[in-house]
Amino acid sequence: MVDPRVNIINERLAAVRNIIAVSSGKGGVGKSLTASTLALALAKKGYKTGLFDLDFTSPSTHVILGIGNVKPKEEKGIIPPQVHGIAYMSIIYYSGEHAAPLRGADVSNALIELLAITRWSELDFLIIDMPPGISDATLDIIRLIKQVKFLIITTPSQLAFETVRKLVKLLKDLKVQVLGVIENMKMSDSSFVKQETKKLGVPHLGEIYFDSKIEDAIGNVNELMLSSFAGKIDEIASKIAV
Amino acid sequence: MHEWALAESVISTVSQIAKKEGLKEISEVKIVVGELQQVELDIFEFALSQLRTPELEKTKFSIKVSKAQFQCRVCGNKWSFEKGNLSEDDAEAIHFLPEVAHTYIRCPKCGSPDFDVTKGRGIWLESIKGVK
Repeated sequence: MVDPRVNIINERLAAVRNIIAVSSGKGGVGKSLTASTLALALAKKGYKTGLFDLDFTSPSTHVILGIGNVKPKEEKGIIPPQVHGIAYMSIIYYSGEHAAPLRGADVSNALIELLAITRWSELDFLIIDMPPGISDATLDIIRLIKQVKFLIITTPSQLAFETVRKLVKLLKDLKVQVLGVIENMKMSDSSFVKQETKKLGVPHLGEIYFDSKIEDAIGNVNELMLSSFAGKIDEIASKIAV
Repeated sequence: MHEWALAESVISTVSQIAKKEGLKEISEVKIVVGELQQVELDIFEFALSQLRTPELEKTKFSIKVSKAQFQCRVCGNKWSFEKGNLSEDDAEAIHFLPEVAHTYIRCPKCGSPDFDVTKGRGIWLESIKGVK
């Protein structure tokens, strides 16, 4: 028995030049906000950009972007709608405001289904907002998308970084490219993350100080892009887009 | 209609297998479609016929629907998929992404969304017959 959906995935992504999985060891480090803002920043620079919210059980990029009542178009598959200049795909088109209590095998199946039926247009960047940790979705993305690169978000916490260490080591073992680490919600001048990232042999792409006003910009893209957080992400987007 | 996208995945996979196995002509492909996918079979068959590649010119596509069955992880209850119990919008959401069954379906005995889809999920190539 062969699952034919798996075979079509790389064909579906053939016109996407860069696929970046925004990942972390732990939750609550600002991954979804980074993924959304990075997608917006790249689009603003003129790159054709898509955003795929892969955090099926706790999606939140739709709240950050304030997507309104958009739906994908059906045309020999599913065509993600354009939201604030980015092609946007999320499970929320189907689960709405309800919970999607999925076990690991369900997450894998949902991921395969969406990757098999979603027709992305030609893109310079597809940003994937990953669920935290090294579980089914992370392993599936590595298994199914050959050209994926990881961008890792952490806070200055030693606890968060401990999980980053494991994630980076796993990705390196599996020969998956790590673009670098972003240190988010920084509150002191500690160089702990910078030093530890250097030891792991991956780039420290930037540090973002805790932005107490960012919460007010959730759901308002114009305000979000004026924030100091977005300013830092824009600098990092320039490094990534080189 | 995402039946086209699924049909494309079938044609692409069969072509890859034919190439790998050195098959010049494929006589039959048996496909199993999970009921939960709620695939419109006439559209799916039409898409398969339109997407045929030269080695699939004479292929007979046999499509079987596997009935969906659920088993509750909390109370062990087993039950079947009843589309009629769902609103049109909920059924359509499951059609596009069958895993959202966990959003719209509950165990009829204990009300839990924590169940396994034991049968009738996904799409599978059961067998491919051809001539070398």
